[in-house]
Amino acid sequence: MIQVEGLSKRYAHHVAVNDISFSVEKGDIVGFLGPNGAGKTTTMRILTCFMPPTSGKATVAGFDVFEQSFEVKKHIGYLPEAPPLYPEMNVQDYLSFVARLKNMPGSEIKSRTEQVMERCAVADVKDKLISKLSKGYRQRVGLAQAIIHNPDVLILDEPTSGLDPKQINETRELIKSLSGEHTIILSTHILPEVEAVCQKVIIIDKGKLVATDSVENLKARGSVSSAIQVQVDASGVADALAVRQRLEQVPGVSKVLEKVVADNRFIYEVESLQGQNPRPDVARAIVNAGWNLLELKSTTLTLEDIFLELTGSHGEAPAAVIQEAPPPQDAIAGGAQ
Amino acid sequence: MRNIWTICRRELYAYFVSPIAWVLLTIFAFLSGVFTYIISASFVRYSLEGQMSGQSMPMNVNEQVIAPLFSNIAVVGLFLIPLISMRLFAEEKRQGTIELLVTSPVHDLEIILGKWLASVLMYCALLAVLAADYSFLFLYGNPDWKPVATGFLGIVLQGACLLAFGAFISTLTRNQIVAGAIGFALALVLWILNWTTSFGNSVAVQVLNYLSIVSHMDSFSKGVIDTKDLVYYVSMIFLGLFLTARSLESMRWRA
Repeated sequence: MIQVEGLSKRYAHHVAVNDISFSVEKGDIVGFLGPNGAGKTTTMRILTCFMPPTSGKATVAGFDVFEQSFEVKKHIGYLPEAPPLYPEMNVQDYLSFVARLKNMPGSEIKSRTEQVMERCAVADVKDKLISKLSKGYRQRVGLAQAIIHNPDVLILDEPTSGLDPKQINETRELIKSLSGEHTIILSTHILPEVEAVCQKVIIIDKGKLVATDSVENLKARGSVSSAIQVQVDASGVADALAVRQRLEQVPGVSKVLEKVVADNRFIYEVESLQGQNPRPDVARAIVNAGWNLLELKSTTLTLEDIFLELTGSHGEAPAAVIQEAPPPQDAIAGGAQ
Repeated sequence: MRNIWTICRRELYAYFVSPIAWVLLTIFAFLSGVFTYIISASFVRYSLEGQMSGQSMPMNVNEQVIAPLFSNIAVVGLFLIPLISMRLFAEEKRQGTIELLVTSPVHDLEIILGKWLASVLMYCALLAVLAADYSFLFLYGNPDWKPVATGFLGIVLQGACLLAFGAFISTLTRNQIVAGAIGFALALVLWILNWTTSFGNSVAVQVLNYLSIVSHMDSFSKGVIDTKDLVYYVSMIFLGLFLTARSLESMRWRA
């Protein structure tokens, strides 16, 4: 449905998008992931024919975005980062205007507008001025605007930004429900969103493509070098070092780190050799030593770890939890072209 | 065609739901009313004086009321037109709605023509107030309607021409005030160009006089449709719309 080959966009002083290639199949929901300023919006603007690329080629629904932009525009629905709304119009008038702009036959406009308002849950505010709507409603009107002409391809630029958690959930559900009929590309810098909504991920950073794969594959790669977190009751233990030494003797364990040494509990991070599962042995070792095992869990890599690893932004990781996870050795080397 | 009308209709809607249209209509109604009153009052006094002194003076409503009124209104238009055109593209850029227009299956030319047409219709709505003022002249006198018609044609053409340039200026910025100020400056320059006639009659002065926008109104308000003036207005409209199209296109390359 979407083919991008060697796409670049250069400005006078910097390169926004640098030689990106990827393709999206019909019916897919693809997450376009990257930190702010990675070139997500620029790529989307090129795909929607808002601006031409400096070099490279992109086709949407079989039409070239530069040479056949008029055809491309008929096949896409686009929700820019800021929903393109006219504050002085009411919701219904606005959507009928967009429908007419997208060349819908006049006889279908009214019923289609009603349908889309129902679908995007904005029917209850259809007579309200857009300037009076809350951010969540505006975002949904923006989404309604993008799907009104039933386009083959939907391009959504940060569809959940600025929404509260409940609205985020509703929007995600809505997007998921649109898959199948539409091919969807949505950009985001929020990882759980990709995990929740998308089947495929395209990760870009500083204008360059770092990875493109399915969500499962990316996560599977991460779990290869899984680690175990062990929590032991501190009462009855001589000192933290003793536990560590005991754990290091367990077959299959490669490395043990003391993560938390509190008054009442010790937490260790246990790394295992490739292909080994020392969890039963770890549990037995602790229990046999007469200590109280409080918790034993495997910490597989989340998409966040993979993302941070790929984009090399460890230093500015948003949450401390992420930094505690061990860097996945070679976890993604195979997948990042 | 349908797209032009779609865009034009939305634009008119925006004028009339926002205070702009109503503020402009109020200002225009006030000014045109004052001008009509002053000019027709002095005409009446002049004719009374003529009767009192027993001399028969040549009296003509068209020449002595309508023509000067058109010249005055043409100048009022220069001041109000930037207020009509300033929002055309600047507001779309500020709101981000330009992304919707430009990524919809609509040609740039249709966007431009739709918006320009809406601004011209908005200006015509102002002139409708003037037509109401004129109806009193028809009620109490019997002026020739033909110079009135050509006068309106001239004043609409002058407005359409300035609105085309105003649309162009509006594509250059996302700030309405900036677009309005530049548009106002341009209107002022085009107006005072014919003041150069006081510096002799060299070729340069003649060119500047030709470029001046109000000098082309005179023949229209006298009931004459001069090809020279028609060509001037039509070519200026083309130039303005052409510049708008180029600017909109370059905005994408720069965006």
